[in-house]
Amino acid sequence: MIIGSRPTKFQVVVDKNQCMLCGRCVENCSYNVFRMEPEGIITNTRNCVACHRCISQCPRDAISIKERPCDYRSHPVWTAQIKENIFKQAESGKILLGGMGNAGQYPILFDHLVLDACQVTNPSIDPLREPMELRTYIGKKPKQLEFIQTPEEDTSLVTELVPNLKLETPIMIGHMSYGAISLNAHKAMAKAVSEIGTFMGTGEGGLHEALYPYQNNMIVQVASGRFGVDVNYLERGAAIEIKIGQGAKPGIGGHLPGEKVCADVSCTRMIPEGSDAISPAPHHDIYSIEDLKQLVLSLKEATEWKKPVFVKIAAVHNVAAIAAGIARSGADAVVIDGFRGGTGAAPSVFRDHVGIPIEAAVAAVDAKLRKQGIRNEVSIIASGGIRQSADVAKAICLGADAVYIGTAALVAMGCRVCGTCYRGLCSWGIATQRPDLVTRLNPDEAANNVKNLIDAWTLELAELMGAAGINSIESLRGNRDRLRGYMLDQSMLDVLDVNAIGA
Amino acid sequence: MCGIIGVIDKQRELMDGSSIRDALSIMDERGSGEGAGYAAYGVYPDYADLYAIHVFYDNLVEPKTQVEDLLETWGMIEHDEEIPTWEQNGITKIHTPWRYFFRPKTRLMQRSKTPDDEIVKHIVMEVNKSIKGALVFSSGKNIGVFKASGWPEEVADFYRVEKYEGYLWLAHNRYPTNTPGWWGGAHPFNLLNWSVVHNGEITSYGTNRRYIESFGYDCTMYTDTEVVAYLMDLLVRRHGLTQELAVRALAPPFWEEIERMPENEQKFTTALRLTYGSAMMNGPFAIAVASPDSIVGFSDRIKLRPLVIGEHDNRIFISSEEAAIRTIDSAISRIYMPKAGHPIVGRTVT
Repeated sequence: MIIGSRPTKFQVVVDKNQCMLCGRCVENCSYNVFRMEPEGIITNTRNCVACHRCISQCPRDAISIKERPCDYRSHPVWTAQIKENIFKQAESGKILLGGMGNAGQYPILFDHLVLDACQVTNPSIDPLREPMELRTYIGKKPKQLEFIQTPEEDTSLVTELVPNLKLETPIMIGHMSYGAISLNAHKAMAKAVSEIGTFMGTGEGGLHEALYPYQNNMIVQVASGRFGVDVNYLERGAAIEIKIGQGAKPGIGGHLPGEKVCADVSCTRMIPEGSDAISPAPHHDIYSIEDLKQLVLSLKEATEWKKPVFVKIAAVHNVAAIAAGIARSGADAVVIDGFRGGTGAAPSVFRDHVGIPIEAAVAAVDAKLRKQGIRNEVSIIASGGIRQSADVAKAICLGADAVYIGTAALVAMGCRVCGTCYRGLCSWGIATQRPDLVTRLNPDEAANNVKNLIDAWTLELAELMGAAGINSIESLRGNRDRLRGYMLDQSMLDVLDVNAIGA
Repeated sequence: MCGIIGVIDKQRELMDGSSIRDALSIMDERGSGEGAGYAAYGVYPDYADLYAIHVFYDNLVEPKTQVEDLLETWGMIEHDEEIPTWEQNGITKIHTPWRYFFRPKTRLMQRSKTPDDEIVKHIVMEVNKSIKGALVFSSGKNIGVFKASGWPEEVADFYRVEKYEGYLWLAHNRYPTNTPGWWGGAHPFNLLNWSVVHNGEITSYGTNRRYIESFGYDCTMYTDTEVVAYLMDLLVRRHGLTQELAVRALAPPFWEEIERMPENEQKFTTALRLTYGSAMMNGPFAIAVASPDSIVGFSDRIKLRPLVIGEHDNRIFISSEEAAIRTIDSAISRIYMPKAGHPIVGRTVT
């Protein structure tokens, strides 16, 4: 039985009156949509992923891309998407892949939470005229301080603080590996975070030499594949992150196809060129929280207890209890990646159906850690679905110390979230290793864009805090009073521990 | 708005409540007639070793029986009586204030450095959280809080505060904005020996509340000031900070300032800020905290509420307004306004 071709997603039109036949679209489209013919530019619409590279490069604005709806017989349950997935799987017998974050139709909780502002009874604070403190320290803090008081009334501190990461803004860039994204993309983000005074993750792909100048602002990752991990790598990071899971694909591992493992990637990852880099779901030395503790302590020992160790998990149903276990494993921070977290490639069934939203996960983890009296033992980093400064403020109100952004940083560099990163054809030079595409991303310009984005969000965050009469980030953290739920049901309000609007 | 006035006599010389009543009344414009109150230290010399537990009862049957059962479980009531009151035109008597002089059985609270305080703290939290129709509003030794909904002079006359003699007084005139004007919401707020009066609004309340609750304190009074009393109890009694250090944790210097400090002080202040970040208070406030041997006044870090200090002979005054201080002591000459966040401490010498 032949299923036949499925409807195309996009329609690409070149306005012949505008087009000057410069051929930039042909040159720029890595998906082979355009072809130069004597009669003009011909398009193969079927190949288009709506990455918009052609539009951005056309000097005459001659190209337009439209979604091309094609009605199937309508049905409330058997939607077009469901039917097409079945067609694809009936043909291939394979798992369906998807890039970027969850594309399911779930309500976005951030958009159902509103922030507070002062009126009359207390003054808002103007960040242009008053100090506004967004500095954040990530890592363990003691429950209490011990002092020695001398008879002369001099007080000296006995408690030694363990190393913390000092962030000038509570916004960091999460882990995206070299391999999944290009070296130029990495360089751009590394430059940006080092200029801002914040941090980025290396991902599980090791640390390329080109990033050594930025190592004081890099968090190195230890994932199950242990790619690129040796003591030199650990020593170079400002902090170490053990990746147990990620929001886009909780419970499963990662896979970088051999085609993307070029000579440079192979060196950085310490694997043979052209071989598939498979990181399994479990770490084969971690089958319990006790095992995790051993790895946390080993990494600390290997780096002479000078570096904080984070543990990253995907937000799942029992995330609060898991995070409490992690806090007790000696980790300095727990990173929680919500179900909207991005990825280069994931089985779309995982991406769209496994895990929980970051908003609920952070609220539940913060509540559990406080209930157990160990909130100070561990910092909370929220990631997965942070799209704007308001999301940052809301995540912090719900209990996060800081956030990781991923997709937003990529978008700042040009990414159009076309969701086809796994094909390695990223026309913007971000999620690709193809040399001709990689050179399209100028690391300095892109660094500037990323820096601008984080700077802009930081300014907005300062304004939001000032409006709420708060001049330091500590007083926003876990401050549920500054949030209200809009059109959320009572059970959701209970989990988030916020009142409804008007209450 | 809100008006605060506090005075300590360093030699523990006693003052009756009449002048503090007048000083508070002069700030009537800072209130709305919906709450006023007084805290006095040294008022129960006959029972100085016992905890004076003041309770508001909605009725004298069910809640009273439950409170007394709880007190008897954890210790002995050596004496109890209704707190005498005299009806005032402006005050509708909603609750019956009662006082117990209580001795805890310390052996019931193991593994605590301060088992008697810990028992009383537990009782206060338990009553306020679980016993409907009862609210403990004062629980220290040899101290008493007297508060209600009404204007300062009415509340003073209701309790006849001029009949009490203390060496340290705190008083508060309330202008409730966020929460209802009710008896429990009037200041001073008290836990054990800590009493707090506050003018302002603590915008970090959500953070502070979640922090303090993780140490076993339950916030039940619907108002931000409550956390200050609990934070002082945690930081000073349980964690061993001095009052000055506790204030430094609650209203710490800005990072910019910390960076300019000498190395040792910088390390110390950073540690304090990192450890007690969730205890730090934000928003506009001027606060006075009393304990049996001291009174501490401090404002928020950018001084969004007024705070005036007066010193004369053995007395230190803390108030929202100079006029209030002058009402008590017209001869006073040293009057000043402290730096934002900077604690002013008055201590007894005996």
